[in-house]
Amino acid sequence: MEFEDYYKIMGVSRDATQDEIKRAYRKLARKYHPDVSKEEDAEEKFKRLGEAYEVLKDPEKRAAYDQLGKNWKAGQDFHPPPDWDAGFEFSGGGFTGGADADAYSDFFESLFGRRSRSYAGGAAGGGFHMRGQDHHAKVLIDLEDAYSGATRNISLQVPEVDASGHVVTKKRTLKVRIPKGVKQGQQIRLAGQGAPGVGQGGNGDLYLEIEFRPHPFYRVEGRDVYLDLPVAPWEAALGGKVQVPTPAGKLDLKIPAGSNTGKKMRLKGKGIPAKHPGDFYVELKVMVPPADTEKAKEIYREMERELSFNPRAALGV
Amino acid sequence: MNDEILNGVLLDEDCYLSLAELSRACSTHAEWVISLVEEGILEPGGADMRDWRFSAPALRRARTARHLQRDLGVNLAGAALVLDLLDEIDHLRQRLARLEP
Repeated sequence: MEFEDYYKIMGVSRDATQDEIKRAYRKLARKYHPDVSKEEDAEEKFKRLGEAYEVLKDPEKRAAYDQLGKNWKAGQDFHPPPDWDAGFEFSGGGFTGGADADAYSDFFESLFGRRSRSYAGGAAGGGFHMRGQDHHAKVLIDLEDAYSGATRNISLQVPEVDASGHVVTKKRTLKVRIPKGVKQGQQIRLAGQGAPGVGQGGNGDLYLEIEFRPHPFYRVEGRDVYLDLPVAPWEAALGGKVQVPTPAGKLDLKIPAGSNTGKKMRLKGKGIPAKHPGDFYVELKVMVPPADTEKAKEIYREMERELSFNPRAALGV
Repeated sequence: MNDEILNGVLLDEDCYLSLAELSRACSTHAEWVISLVEEGILEPGGADMRDWRFSAPALRRARTARHLQRDLGVNLAGAALVLDLLDEIDHLRQRLARLEP
């Protein structure tokens, strides 16, 4: 287990006041909040920040943490000294527990996790019933999956109560069908796949939020799909049929004569399928063939001689 | 691992959540969801509270509001503003991604 330097995570000195710690937390929480932030690893950083704050905002936990000594460095192999917490009482509440229990590091759990977690053990016997909590997770899919549907394995960290009444996190894998026609941000509800209920309370539900992996050449907006299609100058000028890739397979597209870079064409209903399917938009991009042989150079020179073409006519030069 | 393939319900345009379902999915009480409606953060269909129907995007909005409130100490008026701005940023980011491959 690695030592976590909570002061470093929060960017405060070891003698920071409680007010300074709160201010630092608020500032960093805004920066890394997963709902707001586009920083890389925002979610991971936010979790670690929350954990650091959980300890440092509570004077008792902070004092206990401090007496581990300041010679520890983040990442160093760590085992809590025996009876390290003798004389401290963490019963003051304020523990976030429950649904977010998997959010804490092993380091945190070894120090503060044990007592505070055994809550679920005793409750079950006493005629107490409660429905399990709903869980939420994200699932990454490819655009092609939205066209055809797919099956995905989803791994979840689930807190469970072991025989001795302690809560341990277990990995649970589910195989889930992703129906075709999903779009970014949509949710799938899996009834009964959330947290187990207490007593005779039913299980909670699991909500999966769909997120598309970025695609190398398709761009997606809602159910519409966009593609830049490179074409040769003669294809644009003379018109003709070209092949267009779509997530559902290749299609033939007729390019009208006299097209140019920037021309947009719509393939109606060829976006993500649904009752109201999206459209597939193609934007032409004329590519210039390289003049890397004598023959090619001659063709360009001939065009220069034969075509009276000024691409800058609209600019007045 | 269990080999059974699970089929969920896709919360699409035709799918609505009741007040109870939405409250549960946000791990909160109905009173809190009602306060979101009062603040104009959520706009359910249905005239009476018992008939309220929330669209699928409402779930995301409600959960974000919950996180903002819990993690950043934002009040509901602030959360409403943040949500509107996030929607706008989302929209702009999508357009940007479309125009700048």
